[in-house]
Amino acid sequence: MTLTAAPIAAHLPADWRDFFALTKPRVMSLVVFTGLAGLLAAPGSINPVLGFAAILCIALGAGGAAALNQWWEADIDALMKRTASRPLPQGRIGRTDARDFGLLLSGASVGIMGLAIHWLAAIVLAGSIFYYAVIYTIWLKPRTPQNIVIGGGAGAFPPLIGWIAVTGEITAMPLLLFAIIFIWTPPHFWALALWVKTDYAAAGIPMMPVVAGEKSTRRQILAYSVALLVVSLAPWFIGGTGMIYLAAAVLLSGVFLALSVPVALRESTSEDSMKPEKRLFSFSVFYLFALFTALVADRMLLA
Amino acid sequence: MTPEEQTEFLRRRKARNKVIAFALFAFVALFYAITIVKVGD
Repeated sequence: MTLTAAPIAAHLPADWRDFFALTKPRVMSLVVFTGLAGLLAAPGSINPVLGFAAILCIALGAGGAAALNQWWEADIDALMKRTASRPLPQGRIGRTDARDFGLLLSGASVGIMGLAIHWLAAIVLAGSIFYYAVIYTIWLKPRTPQNIVIGGGAGAFPPLIGWIAVTGEITAMPLLLFAIIFIWTPPHFWALALWVKTDYAAAGIPMMPVVAGEKSTRRQILAYSVALLVVSLAPWFIGGTGMIYLAAAVLLSGVFLALSVPVALRESTSEDSMKPEKRLFSFSVFYLFALFTALVADRMLLA
Repeated sequence: MTPEEQTEFLRRRKARNKVIAFALFAFVALFYAITIVKVGD
């Protein structure tokens, strides 16, 4: 894999903002939010300083994994409009610098988590970084159209880690929070992939709409939305939450399902504006924020 | 290196040094706070 660096960058040190961009700050904000939600929704309490340290470790780990992901995918990123302006494809940062930065953040996050919180949380954090950077990015993303389903597992770790940081054990509730994000990811991302599929095809990534076709992807979006409705209600069924969460889950998952129906039933035409797909994608981001906010509110107000 | 590149080089290095200094001090403060909490337990 080679990279053509911009001439001026070849002998200039990278700007700190480029290192910051390697951590995918927008993804990190979602990771911090779901990790914090897991931490706040867990039974028991944690000292605020230790809670802050745990969330910082989750954020650092996510940033490190993101940097390793971009280090590995620099030449794929260069081929796609959405990612071509990232620091590595632009040659604004050295490839080994990006790798070392990713390793440093990953190692530091796991070490601090182990020393400051406890080692179960650190082991799960290390597992999540390995899962995203190696199992997903290096191994399965370029090989299978189920890449997004598998990648969803990586994004599902933060609430699990946040929860473990407080309780020190893995129980059914944090596993259900994991399952919610795991099931949420495919319809969230495929809604996006339906309208940027040309990019993925050009980069040779076997994204579901490219490999299985649009029709199959649309059907699967609907299937996952149905599964999401069931999984999102499960925390209430096992007695882990109260009525605030139940009401939010019914409403949000109901709207999610309702928005996925038109996506599943239609076929795109040339010059299609892809409005239903864009609407589902936008709502899916709101969905996750709202559902986890409801989870925390439920715990704070009803516990 | 042209004079413009030299100026840019120094600017970037200075900015990076500031960010590293900030991160180091932040971690020192964090570890201090964590230690106090752990000792108090």
